[in-house]
Amino acid sequence: MALKTAEVALAPVKSFDGPNGKKPKRVLSPRNIMLYGTLFVAAAYYLLPLYVMIVTSLKGMPEIRMGNIFSPPMEITFEPWVKAWATACTGLNCDGLSRGFWNSVRITVPSVIASIAIASVNGYALANWRFKGSELFFSILVIGAFIPYQVMIYPIVIVLRELGIYGTLTGLIIVHSIFGMPILTLLFRNYFASLPQELFKAARIDGAGFWQIFLKIMVPMSLPIFVVAMILQVTGIWNDFLFGVVFTRPEYYPMTVQLNNIVNSVQGVKEYNVNMAATILTGLVPLVVYFVSGRLFVRGIAAGAVKG
Amino acid sequence: MTGQAKAGRPNQLLRNLNSKIASIPMILTAVVIFLGGTVWTVFYSFTNSKLLPRLSFVGFDQYKRLWAAPRWIVSIENLAVYGVLSLIFSLVIGFTLAALMDQKIRFENAFRTIFLYPFALSFIVTGLVWQWVLNPEFGVQSVVRSLGWTSFTFDPLYTPSIVIYGVLIAALWQGTGLVMCLMLAGLRGIDEDIWKASRVDGIPMWKTYLFIVIPMMRPVFITTLVIIASGIVKVYDLVVAQTSGGPGISSEVPAKYVYDYMFQAQNLGQGFAASTMMLITVAIIIIPWAYLEFGGGRKRA
Repeated sequence: MALKTAEVALAPVKSFDGPNGKKPKRVLSPRNIMLYGTLFVAAAYYLLPLYVMIVTSLKGMPEIRMGNIFSPPMEITFEPWVKAWATACTGLNCDGLSRGFWNSVRITVPSVIASIAIASVNGYALANWRFKGSELFFSILVIGAFIPYQVMIYPIVIVLRELGIYGTLTGLIIVHSIFGMPILTLLFRNYFASLPQELFKAARIDGAGFWQIFLKIMVPMSLPIFVVAMILQVTGIWNDFLFGVVFTRPEYYPMTVQLNNIVNSVQGVKEYNVNMAATILTGLVPLVVYFVSGRLFVRGIAAGAVKG
Repeated sequence: MTGQAKAGRPNQLLRNLNSKIASIPMILTAVVIFLGGTVWTVFYSFTNSKLLPRLSFVGFDQYKRLWAAPRWIVSIENLAVYGVLSLIFSLVIGFTLAALMDQKIRFENAFRTIFLYPFALSFIVTGLVWQWVLNPEFGVQSVVRSLGWTSFTFDPLYTPSIVIYGVLIAALWQGTGLVMCLMLAGLRGIDEDIWKASRVDGIPMWKTYLFIVIPMMRPVFITTLVIIASGIVKVYDLVVAQTSGGPGISSEVPAKYVYDYMFQAQNLGQGFAASTMMLITVAIIIIPWAYLEFGGGRKRA
């Protein structure tokens, strides 16, 4: 090949550089300094806000007023964290973020289970049991993922009101299941379609039906994709703000909404340390999911990025 | 597959029935919520609904009022500035980071983790953190001033003319990690031989990227573009958390306009008209892409 001859032709020239015959790689070449320099600067930029959040949340208010936001705390105090969790005020309530946290848990857990259950069955039906019109409905569903939520919010308010569940957690759970459906269905449909068809056929010959094949063959074979879907949904639903504001009442506000209300409340002295502690607390669940799940998270968000 | 299913089994109807029953949630969502909801909103945008939706048609009045509203104009301008810049910067930064990460560097995992973690955080968290970092009394401005440069001014969130750039900084911090991941995946898909060939021919690296690799990554770029663009139109939480649309109305965005008119100003007609405009914007982005992806060439089955 032309490539190889060219490399050979270059070899003698390179051998002057040093004993290594192959391409010489100097550790401190200008290229490497540039490369790692840029990467470290970029990494510093991405890490800075996290650092600022943490140090601010550990300082007392006098120290914040004195120093700058980058200086490490002189006296570490956990009081802001306690206050953010237990006694910070939103409106009339002064029970901190804890209420929002438990609301978010009560919203996220059922929403994740419901949306994955529905979407996996949908995906399975679409991949293995197509019926007339199934692809059409699926297309509408996927196109729907691109429609701004604002366009559909009000009709949903009306539907939920008619059903008598507007403002309740149930209503919000249904909304999350609806909006999780396009991307999850797509995810499951593609995954089930990629499984060997022989398995499906064999099961049918053995007389297994729709649900039997799903529960006994498809689900056990698809645990990785279920995990990906779960990561996608947990982080997505936990981070949701718009639906939480629109579809629930203040006593059911999820953590993100409550956080925004605590920090951006106009009355009173701004307690920046409490605000930052509250912000970290709210970000903690998705961050833990992110660090624990690693590469699966990347797969999940790459699949679900359109949902953002 | 469908063909085989139709191979004259007696209980075919029953089996399809199961599948149909299982698909009821999907069908309802697609038809009632997505299709019905959208049509409903567009339909009611031609009425003068105030507190409650009602059927008294006023033609394009809501749209005329919308485009005469200074706040809407500001929202659109902001969206345009924010949109164009965040497209350019997230693609450039995302691609640059990905290209750097693709140089067989050490600690690749650590760097990737650092660049991507902001994406796990919500826009509310992102907005609040950057509100704090950009706070002129304590944040970057005061730090630089305390270093001796006392006239240094950097308070984007408090200056109407540049507030949208403050939002942009936060948005880029949150979103570029994802772009980097997508780009990195694209770069990893490039055949190693391309690099060898260009090295042999003595083409400088930047030229190889610009004229060979980037054109080869066209599908990745288009997908990323669509993802970023449809996110831009929806931008809402970030602005709410970071500036609440202020100072004044200088950082308003369309999504916030819709929400405020629907749920706070009790002026549903305006909200519907504004959200229809958002829908049109998204359609302008999506239709050409869908045509390229699924129409014309028929690349995907």
